[in-house]
Amino acid sequence: MTDTVLDIRDLSVFYGNAQAIDGISLSLARGEMLSLIGANGAGKSTLFKAICGMVAPRTGAITVKGRPLAGLRPAAITELGVAMVPEGRRLFRSLSVEENLVLGGYVKRPGPWTLDRVYSIFPILRERRHQPATALSGGQQQMVAIGRALMSNPDLLLLDELSLGLAPVVIKDIYALLPQILGEGLATILVEQDVTRALSVSDHFVCMLEGHVSLQGRSDAFTHQQISAAYFGT
Amino acid sequence: MDWINVIIQGVLIGGLYALFAAGLSLIFGVMRLVNISHGDFIVGAAYVAFAVIQMTGLHPLVSLVIVVPLFALLGYALQLGLLNRVLGGDILPPLIVTFGLSIIVQNGLLTLFTADSRRLDAGAIEVESLNLMPGVDIGYMPLMTFVSAVAIIAGLQFLFYRTTMGRAFRATSDDGEIAQIMGLDNRKVFGWAMGLAMAVVAVAGVFLAIRANFDPFMGPSRLIFGFEAVIIGGLGNLWGTLAGGIILGVAQGIGAHIDPGWQLLAGHIAFLAILAVRPRGLFPRVD
Amino acid sequence: MSEPTIVRSTRGSRIAASAVLVLVAAIAAAPWWANSADLRLITEILFFLALASMWNLLAGYAGLISVGQHAYVGLGGYMMFSCVLFWGMNPLWSIPLAGLLAAAVSVPVAWLVFRLKGAYFAIGTWVVAEVFRLLAAQMSSLGGGSGLSIPVSAMRALGGRTERELLIYFTAFALSLGTLLLIWLVLRSRVGLALTAIRDNEVASSSLGVRIGRIKLGVYVLVAALTAMLGALIFVTKLRISPDAAFSMNDWTVFVIFIVVIGGIGTLEGPIIGTLLYFLLREFLADLGAVYLLILGAMAIAIMLVAPRGLWGLIVTKWDFAVFPVGYRVRMPRD
Repeated sequence: MTDTVLDIRDLSVFYGNAQAIDGISLSLARGEMLSLIGANGAGKSTLFKAICGMVAPRTGAITVKGRPLAGLRPAAITELGVAMVPEGRRLFRSLSVEENLVLGGYVKRPGPWTLDRVYSIFPILRERRHQPATALSGGQQQMVAIGRALMSNPDLLLLDELSLGLAPVVIKDIYALLPQILGEGLATILVEQDVTRALSVSDHFVCMLEGHVSLQGRSDAFTHQQISAAYFGT
Repeated sequence: MDWINVIIQGVLIGGLYALFAAGLSLIFGVMRLVNISHGDFIVGAAYVAFAVIQMTGLHPLVSLVIVVPLFALLGYALQLGLLNRVLGGDILPPLIVTFGLSIIVQNGLLTLFTADSRRLDAGAIEVESLNLMPGVDIGYMPLMTFVSAVAIIAGLQFLFYRTTMGRAFRATSDDGEIAQIMGLDNRKVFGWAMGLAMAVVAVAGVFLAIRANFDPFMGPSRLIFGFEAVIIGGLGNLWGTLAGGIILGVAQGIGAHIDPGWQLLAGHIAFLAILAVRPRGLFPRVD
Repeated sequence: MSEPTIVRSTRGSRIAASAVLVLVAAIAAAPWWANSADLRLITEILFFLALASMWNLLAGYAGLISVGQHAYVGLGGYMMFSCVLFWGMNPLWSIPLAGLLAAAVSVPVAWLVFRLKGAYFAIGTWVVAEVFRLLAAQMSSLGGGSGLSIPVSAMRALGGRTERELLIYFTAFALSLGTLLLIWLVLRSRVGLALTAIRDNEVASSSLGVRIGRIKLGVYVLVAALTAMLGALIFVTKLRISPDAAFSMNDWTVFVIFIVVIGGIGTLEGPIIGTLLYFLLREFLADLGAVYLLILGAMAIAIMLVAPRGLWGLIVTKWDFAVFPVGYRVRMPRD
């Protein structure tokens, strides 16, 4: 079925002898949003790094649109249609806002996202396009990071800690824009500390605990207690 | 008049030192690599130009058409074949590898070309000069070297801040990991940077070889001049590097004017003095 | 149930230590079994052993990758000549003075070059060595650029030919092995522990209160002083000094770095293996001249690519072994 964008089978990742991910499997189709929850150190960021090719799995396989990622370098994986909004935004500090966005489109995949389209969603970025990216406020920087990821016209978007370090009102604004951003049949994985918010915007969720999946299913299918137990391992 | 002449000649040679420095500055900016063999490759370029001229009879300046692309390719290959494999957190491996390269290039040149000193003959242009005022003559060759240095630095500056490649350089330098997930292959980005640096090295080598005699072992001191220009000017600032080269050239000129034995010493002392009072150089990049 | 115990030495390292003692005794007795030429070779090996071990302490443990240690070899050599020529001193008594002078000089030098980080520090030390060389060439009373020889009278003060040879040999023996012993003791001390911590994680160890700056400065000054003392003695054996020989980058820095890197940087045993290998190669390949240097350069690059901890590192990873243990190991009780 070509609708499957991401498929992960029995993935294990180690840092030296320390196991960060222990036999995870999941799959994601076009237009779906999956939220990935779990405490610090549960392996969420490692999973993102594995998908992007920044760490090599020890066992298991990741496929994107039917193409196995084994042995591919991060740049090649980006060309296949994977983009990430990294934790802490990590904008290029010596590049202007516009240069950050243009660099996001370095791989030139065809699709709806252009500089103009990003600016139409985040008009403030057009006003500030010649400023150094790091001169912007936290929320605006997050907009640049999201825009930068979209500029490659990805099929799979990884959002790591969207609300980290942002003021509540800014977080609300960004989440309000999410449906508009994700409307094009993108498959998305969202990592978010705010579990309630994550579950409220996603179709499915996966809860990770010490490197493995402790609970997964539809986002509205479990009680708060069940999710809490899976989250803390109690 | 004497002193004006000393300073003007110092400024002009400063352009050559800035050329020695530009490649060093570029690769440090992009990949935090300090290439100990940089000076030896400058001398290597002089020898390659020498060989090309022997074979083809080209004018030294025309030989650049062959030597520059050759060195750009060499730089790219060196980066992908060797240097990328030792870049990482630890500074020792790249240092030792480029140190080893330095010894290999020196002794390779010695084996191929003997220890005899050589010179590239640029013909009449070498002796022609512009009479600025009584006692102050500006040689066409030093002037051309200086103008080329300014043009190359302006070009690098444009490339760094106005082109896709420059954007890739800056992004990779800022955050190599994230640059990779934007689709930039950092191995290749580093390869381009080294290729570009080696193209500048080739120009520097040919100008050096027209200006003065060269032998296989004069690379390390060219590295040191380039390094001093970089530190005097302030890390990461190309125009600062030009200023650093000029300061070094003028200091050497003044030293030599007082006593020929003090030429090099005066340059080093100027460098150490600036390091003592302005450890980040005269024009550090603000960020 | 018995507890795990913490030990320094292992059975293997104790056997090796005994072998080393026997070897040291044999070297001490060399004047009774070796001829003059062999004695000179052993002296030279001892010099390089000490130089390599010192560079290893500097670069491999303190993270100060200097490529300008020839500055201090030359400084020591010229100090010795000054003592002999200007004050009519016994050449051997000039050795401690050379050490003191170098310690005093190295403090302002460190103040300057410590401003440069990483590879730029390396080139900064190189500039300093260049300055020393150029200054030496300016001193006409010390022979200027062409250098000068030790007055015969100064050497006669050390006794007759045989007596002189013995005296120089034992001084070299004591100075070199003393240097090695000192480095070993430094690395076993709290300073050694701090250095290892700095090497592994500079930020973390500074937050734990390790005074990085002072420890690095201390190591730099100590190594400068010892290097100059060795330099003074080296030029007693050479009888002649010139700026190019005294501040020879190839002899006192390039070869030394290659020895350490090929033998194994950051281990005490590495410089020893490297020195032995270097002299072995030299015996067979020195006639090749430039090609010999090409081979050394290529070996250093190859080592960095395939085994950054050098030949000794390869041995250690294979057998977990140390002749001169500086660390501790946890031994689990057998059930």
